[in-house]
Amino acid sequence: MHDTTTLEAVSIDQAEGNFHYPEDYQFDAGYGLTEEVIDYISNAKQEAEWVRDFRKRALKVFRDKPMPTHWASQDLENIRFDDIRYYLAKGGRPTRSWDEVPDDVKETFERLGIPEKERKFLAGVEAQFDSEAAYSNIKDEIAKDGVIFVNSTEGLREHPEIFRPWFGKVIPTGDNKFSALNSAVFSGGSFIYVPPGVKVKHPLQAYFRINAENFGQFERTLIIVDEGAEVTYMEGCTAPKFETATLHSAVVELVAMKDAKIQYITVQNWSANVFNLVTKRGLAHENAEIRWIDCNIGSRLTMKYPGVIMKGRKARGEVISIALAKDGQHQDTGAKMIHAADETTSNVVSKSISVGTGRATYRGQVHIPKHLKGCRNNTECDALLINASSRTDTYPAITVRGNQHATQHEASVNQVSEDQIFYMRQRGLSEAEAMSLSVNGFVNDLVRQFPMEYSVELKRLIDLEMEGSVG
Amino acid sequence: MPNATLSMESPTQAAPPSGRDWFSAPPRHEEPADLPGWYRDLRAESWHQFLETPGPVRTDESWRFASLKQVQFDTLRMAEAVADPEPVIDNTLDRGLRLVAARFVFVNNRLALGESFALPNGVICLPIGEALVQHGDLVREHFMQEGARLGGAKFAALHGAATLSGLFIHVPKGVVIEDPIEVSHWAGGDGAVIFPHLLVVAERGASVSVVERHRSINTTDATLSIGMADLAPEDGGRIQYVCVQNLNDQSRQIQLNGTRVGRDAKALSCFVNLGGRWVRNESVSRLTGPGADSEMLSANLADGDQEYDQRTLQLHEAQHTKSDLLYKNALYDRSRTIFAGLIRVCPGAHFTDAYQKCRNLLGSDEAEANSMPGLEIDADQVKCSHGSTSGQISEEEIFYLKARGIPPRRARQMISQGFLAETIERLEGVELREAIGHRFEERFAVLA
Repeated sequence: MHDTTTLEAVSIDQAEGNFHYPEDYQFDAGYGLTEEVIDYISNAKQEAEWVRDFRKRALKVFRDKPMPTHWASQDLENIRFDDIRYYLAKGGRPTRSWDEVPDDVKETFERLGIPEKERKFLAGVEAQFDSEAAYSNIKDEIAKDGVIFVNSTEGLREHPEIFRPWFGKVIPTGDNKFSALNSAVFSGGSFIYVPPGVKVKHPLQAYFRINAENFGQFERTLIIVDEGAEVTYMEGCTAPKFETATLHSAVVELVAMKDAKIQYITVQNWSANVFNLVTKRGLAHENAEIRWIDCNIGSRLTMKYPGVIMKGRKARGEVISIALAKDGQHQDTGAKMIHAADETTSNVVSKSISVGTGRATYRGQVHIPKHLKGCRNNTECDALLINASSRTDTYPAITVRGNQHATQHEASVNQVSEDQIFYMRQRGLSEAEAMSLSVNGFVNDLVRQFPMEYSVELKRLIDLEMEGSVG
Repeated sequence: MPNATLSMESPTQAAPPSGRDWFSAPPRHEEPADLPGWYRDLRAESWHQFLETPGPVRTDESWRFASLKQVQFDTLRMAEAVADPEPVIDNTLDRGLRLVAARFVFVNNRLALGESFALPNGVICLPIGEALVQHGDLVREHFMQEGARLGGAKFAALHGAATLSGLFIHVPKGVVIEDPIEVSHWAGGDGAVIFPHLLVVAERGASVSVVERHRSINTTDATLSIGMADLAPEDGGRIQYVCVQNLNDQSRQIQLNGTRVGRDAKALSCFVNLGGRWVRNESVSRLTGPGADSEMLSANLADGDQEYDQRTLQLHEAQHTKSDLLYKNALYDRSRTIFAGLIRVCPGAHFTDAYQKCRNLLGSDEAEANSMPGLEIDADQVKCSHGSTSGQISEEEIFYLKARGIPPRRARQMISQGFLAETIERLEGVELREAIGHRFEERFAVLA
């Protein structure tokens, strides 16, 4: 099975994100998490007092909250909060031109193909290197429409009237231990505002890169899309493979006003030493739509359950999730759908693939309170197990009050059958090709939901990851 | 009390009351003088476990969505002997099955009636107290071997410290008991607690069906029943167990079932809940040998402020095993149901077929159905699925029946009853199916 071409292909792919440059930082808050670290971050960013207070309150909440190991993976106990560096930056402000980005940073993103993609099909790009964005730019015609696309520091400093009212409102500090951690030390991320009626045609993209060892990345994203406006946002991420564990803990808040539409696409390909613990939630007002399209391929442990609170009548929420768990990985993903108004509808489609000793977990929550009418939820979870040592779990929780709703949940577990593989081998495919074809067939309908450029990339990634995994 | 503490994971909060304020000493009633020593030890050890084991707290996953206030007891007391159990016995006979192999009636833990009709030779069917004295070793082999893995460990321990009520049934190799064995438990006295136990063993090729009925002596006394059933269909054996709960609307019940299904054996268990204020059912089915097959059913009709909290585990430990679960709830008024089920396929348990379905029919704007169907798959060549739905009766269905001259109220009753009947139809025994059907009919007549 391990033919040379397969091995080459796999190693090339893994090498893609697996490089890093010597560290040379202007700002370094050192190791460990203290009040002083928070002051250091706040000073470096020249933040308003209310932001500093917000961070300090969050630190207290973080310390008070226990690890959620009564339901989550015990692997969380292996995070050494004192051995993490919480803020590392080369300079304060991102540049608007790639020419002004420091050479090593520019080279990093060039190797990852970001500037090229920007030229091809993106309306705006932000590239974050450790704690701060090195580059941030949107096309002039979109800026002219009044679209704001900045990092969190700038968003809170330059546009508090827009962002402060919603900041920390969709995901309060105390939502969970890691949202509290993020609230204490957040840096970078995207703050986006789309004015009423503006439909941003091309996607905005952020790219997150961890370069330094023992570094924790805590980006904070807040996207507000005003009445009748639309936006698609994509994020990608990579980190080099260090010996020690790295922590990535983001908070992403989306606000879709009346009739607005937000599509948020994630392709997570962290290296296998990253703890990826992310809180993502959207608030959908009347007739608004929020779609999370979430693909998790990398990381050591991912815990991520994108949610939508449907607050206005006829609001819609959707989560499309693909997870690939390989040897030593645990993809613990899912969705949270809170129906808070009449005639709200939500849809969750999750597909996971477990390979080798990989473990894929789906956790879901659907909540329909009483005295509402016409709420609907559909949840489908399918898991594919490739090897005898692979594992998959499904833990949904559905609460329905009242008799004017409909929910349905279905889950199934499948194998790639030996008959299928045998059939394809009869027709001249190698075992690896046959396996790739089966797996791609399994996720194909979801992959097609991604924008073209991403779906091609995703198919290629799955091909590469699957080859040589039959056994 | 082996395994009884396994399920209480990481109690992170301050330990709740030890239970000494529920009972200051182990709750006991008259016991045979010659109880075997191991049993006395087990009871003492269980009491100790009960005091040591923390009660449920908010962070216990196995108590998610549960109304914890239902298990915060003030002083409890052991149910006292009833002066004249005759009216209760008459009532049992009136409403019971006609064709039975044996009939036992316990009133407040005490045997009030025991009669068998043509039980085949070699079958042991005795109150547990007598069985302990006469067949101690046989009881010991199976008694409370499965522990309580789904959150009820503290209650299992209390049960172990107290129980001397209920039946021991042992069916030897190849013996098939055609008619069901019926055992009824009655409870009365405000604040009274009963501890019914059932232990059923079916050896190779043996087959038995047991119907357990839970009733209240009157409509006013708030009683608590902490019961357990151990079911052991050994290799090639077969057991059907149906628990029909129709307590008054003041009373609570905790019923913990442990089933171990051997090679090519079959277990069928069914909870029927009609009454009670709050009911917690925990049901574990362990499939330990190839060809083992477990069917887990439940039909529940909840109205008023009733709450049914049901937790299940389908534990596949061997290859080529099968389990199939169907739980159905019809909810009215402000009633609440919780279904938390887990299919766990252990490493090496390849070629497992496991299915799990929970269906809720909501008949009012304030009823609440919680479903947590879970899967943990650690093996290969597995066919597994689960599904959960919540919905209402569609207007089209009502319209269809109206068009055939059936008034809407009656149409709703018929549809809801048909909805619940799907589980009952899978039970064996015509009279049993009909009897349960009648109980539902009576309830629906005053409902919907």
